[in-house]
Amino acid sequence: MIVSVASGKGGTGKTTIATNLAVALDQPVQLLDCDVEEPNAHLFLKPVMEQSTEVYLEVPEIDPKLCTLCGKCQDICQFNALAVLPAMVLTFPELCHSCGGCFLVCPEGAVKSQQRLIGLVETGSRGQVRFAGGRLRVGEAMAPPLIRRVKENIRRGNPTILDAPPGTSCPVVTTLWGSDFVLLVTEPTPFGLSDLELAVGAVREMGLPLGLVINRADLGDRRVHDYAAQERLPILLEIPFDRQVATAYARGELLVETFPAWQQMMKQLYKQILTISGKSDPK
Amino acid sequence: MKPPLNELVVLSGKGGTGKTSLVGAFAALADNPVLCDADVDAADLHLLLNPRIRERHDFYAGHKAAIDQEKCIRCGECLNWCRFGAIAEELTINPLLCEGCGVCWQLCPVQAVNFPDNLCGEWYISITRFGPLVHARLGLAEENSGKLVTLVRREARRLAEAKGSGWIITDGPPGIGCPVISSLGDATATLIVTEPTVAGQHDLERVAALADHFDLPAFVLVNKADLHKPTAQAIQQFCDHKGYPFLGHLPFDPDFTRAQVEGKTIMEYNNRKLHQLLTEVWERLSAAIQKRKAKES
Repeated sequence: MIVSVASGKGGTGKTTIATNLAVALDQPVQLLDCDVEEPNAHLFLKPVMEQSTEVYLEVPEIDPKLCTLCGKCQDICQFNALAVLPAMVLTFPELCHSCGGCFLVCPEGAVKSQQRLIGLVETGSRGQVRFAGGRLRVGEAMAPPLIRRVKENIRRGNPTILDAPPGTSCPVVTTLWGSDFVLLVTEPTPFGLSDLELAVGAVREMGLPLGLVINRADLGDRRVHDYAAQERLPILLEIPFDRQVATAYARGELLVETFPAWQQMMKQLYKQILTISGKSDPK
Repeated sequence: MKPPLNELVVLSGKGGTGKTSLVGAFAALADNPVLCDADVDAADLHLLLNPRIRERHDFYAGHKAAIDQEKCIRCGECLNWCRFGAIAEELTINPLLCEGCGVCWQLCPVQAVNFPDNLCGEWYISITRFGPLVHARLGLAEENSGKLVTLVRREARRLAEAKGSGWIITDGPPGIGCPVISSLGDATATLIVTEPTVAGQHDLERVAALADHFDLPAFVLVNKADLHKPTAQAIQQFCDHKGYPFLGHLPFDPDFTRAQVEGKTIMEYNNRKLHQLLTEVWERLSAAIQKRKAKES
């Protein structure tokens, strides 16, 4: 069972739900932080890190001794990462998406492999929770290839929880792809609703089952509830604003440890996810 | 003489710290501004500014491949080439996974792959009660958000120059990746809005490092500071230590949400204390940016 915790709008409580859900389940679980631009799950889970692996993208480097300046590499590249000049080929590794096209078309074998560091994947554990998370190098633009590397840590069988980045574009699609269920965490405000509508659209386009968690459910208005009713989106959990919870969160505490009620709340949430998705975890 | 044009980009790293609420306040406080929503993935500024759309444009960027099943001879070569897992065993392409690299299109031995231009979204020029707004809507699950950010910022700059405006206030995206990098080129300064939480502090450090990477001054403001004063203090110390000009602490105040529910900026909502605090923040920020700019030129 792979559950992605996503939101559209940032700061609604994705990481809070993802980390607390993982810890509350009382069984071997995987937690993957796919918000590689601003990874936060480790701040709450505080796993013992075991490994940190640098992640590189394969980008081209032209061997001037073999290159005949035929221009085929420039022609196939959709991302302007190669420019054929009168006397040489210039490469722009930061623009390269690593599609491999230039390697395939060069008739002279002049395109050599070079590496661009895009970030790190860190793995570790805490109790029954296996953790893996990505950390994009500051200045690097492309999150999706790093997210794909984080997801290579998924081992089918145990429940897997993915903490997704905010938004609805390619890093979110890369995270959600292959999930069995998407939990959208929102708040009942105009911004929350607007971004929820976008997120629901994206999740539906991917054909994935989804459910809502409404956080700070008593601040704002009722329009998110109305929207959920109208679209027949199941609301799996509503969490009222609580200053003590906000303070515990601010300190980096796991709420299931500070507030016993959260343990039950998270277990119940997972049960509902299993029911709605019609799936179960193998024993 | 026309005033020099400044662009302030409001960022946060972490989402939900209050970027858009602050941009709304600055829209009300700045003299003759042009407004720009560069959070094209999940734009919200329009919900405070009630824009009347004057121009609507399609945004095309990149391509998506599609296999013409009648021409396809099922050699399966494309399946081996595609590094994005976008081609299924049955030789169909999933547009959600297609990166638009064109390798299958260019190398297919029987030219069975089409590669049409990709309509990724829309962008708009609108009128608001505070000035023009350039905003956009990226299509669902689309790519090319960086290019759309570049486009809306370029249009905002064009409008600002045409009307002799001194300020572009840009609402930036969360994170530090592609759209954020696109929101920084040629900006005058960035304001990082953070919150006093371990996550807010962690993310501030990364987005501030990104501003350094692009050699851009980064001002810092802690929102909801009273939710956890020790962390708010730690953030202030971090800024003092690193040389990021620190603009102060704003309280957690549900009036921000109440104003949002009414479609108002906080400056249009009856809360004197916040009006005073935000006016001071804007005066210090705008004066500091203008002073820096004067020093540069």
